[in-house]
Amino acid sequence: MPKRYRDIVGDGGSNILAQVEEFQGRLRARMARVRKKVAVTSGKGGVGKSVLTANLAAILAADGRRVGVLDADLNGPSMAKLLGVRGQRLRLSPEGVHPAEGPLGIRVLSTDLLLSEDRAPLTWEAPTQQDAFVWRETMEATALREFLADAAWGDLDLLLLDLPPGAPRLPTLAGLLDLDGALVVTIPSEVAGLVVGRSVELARTHGVRLLGLVENMAGYLCVACGTLGELFPGDGESLAEASGLPLLGRIPFDPRIAWCADRGRPYALEHAESPAGQALRALAARLNDLLWEEGAER
Amino acid sequence: MRFDSVEGPEEGSVGVTFGCPRCGHRVTLLTNPMETQLVRSLGVKIGGREVPPEPLEVVRTSLARQREGALEVEAEGGVVWVEAAEARLQRLPPLARPMARMAISRYARERGRTTVTPELMDEYRARMGF
Repeated sequence: MPKRYRDIVGDGGSNILAQVEEFQGRLRARMARVRKKVAVTSGKGGVGKSVLTANLAAILAADGRRVGVLDADLNGPSMAKLLGVRGQRLRLSPEGVHPAEGPLGIRVLSTDLLLSEDRAPLTWEAPTQQDAFVWRETMEATALREFLADAAWGDLDLLLLDLPPGAPRLPTLAGLLDLDGALVVTIPSEVAGLVVGRSVELARTHGVRLLGLVENMAGYLCVACGTLGELFPGDGESLAEASGLPLLGRIPFDPRIAWCADRGRPYALEHAESPAGQALRALAARLNDLLWEEGAER
Repeated sequence: MRFDSVEGPEEGSVGVTFGCPRCGHRVTLLTNPMETQLVRSLGVKIGGREVPPEPLEVVRTSLARQREGALEVEAEGGVVWVEAAEARLQRLPPLARPMARMAISRYARERGRTTVTPELMDEYRARMGF
């Protein structure tokens, strides 16, 4: 009688299960020193997730929180640029790989710090690059796990994870670590609302705690006269209502946000008193309350 | 059959050798590149591990177009690398070099050696693999 799968004892010595458990053990040990882990997601590209993440990190760090940022957008990394750490060398010690250090001691890890040049895409060694695409997703999930488990994050109050556009990365992360929640970023447009709605449903399917919705580019701030004009015709409130999420903040678009982003200087610190700066600060305060005040200690 | 050794990957393929514990008869199974890459992408090591993986092992060994000098390591005191060993180290991908330097220097120091030579690198590789 031929052997069935269940008749085969072990895996020829590789002990794959133990190896995977060991990975998970290292990840748990590393993340045990991080009090809160929050993903910033949207489902759609171009809504300003990364800029929002960088500014929230800066505000919370300025308030005395120990903050880390993991650029989980492996293919389109921008956090190194936004937080002014491009070109920094990552120090290696027995503790692991030390993240780059941004303004106010924000610890940053991004594939941008590892790639050879500005235009270098994220590719993996393979006999042919056509082959590489077949297992690319697995490779990226493993890379994320290594960034989380092998980086010497140290003791952090908050680790923000800046996700790439699209819905699938959030379930991947939720499978890797115990997320304390996710912020959903949108802009007031019907297209964004449609895509965000889908990613909200997917997040719920995977049991991710959605902290709320952030409406970015909620109006255009004229830096000359200070008036706030409409930028997109939609509104985040009805989208929040339709998604069953609280609307945590509405951030107007200020052209200086892009100027600061290009120079790696957090806008919210440089223009704290502007309407967008105040809106970002209010959002950070709301996030702070959700994570630490409103019975959130889990 | 018991697991004996792993050769490769070479051109994407790995040879996994198993041997009969009684008569010594050995059989090598060749993986196709796609299977090899899939297993490697999980970060697991065929044949098991004697030592835990080094930090960013998969990223360092698999990322294409790595930045020179992206990683730096504090120099290990009391260990000198001879020219031939240094040249061999340079053949590794940029992100793999600092880790290998740190691990091999530590290996040398723990054994009371003050010089890293290609022979010592072979010895380390036979024991740990890198």
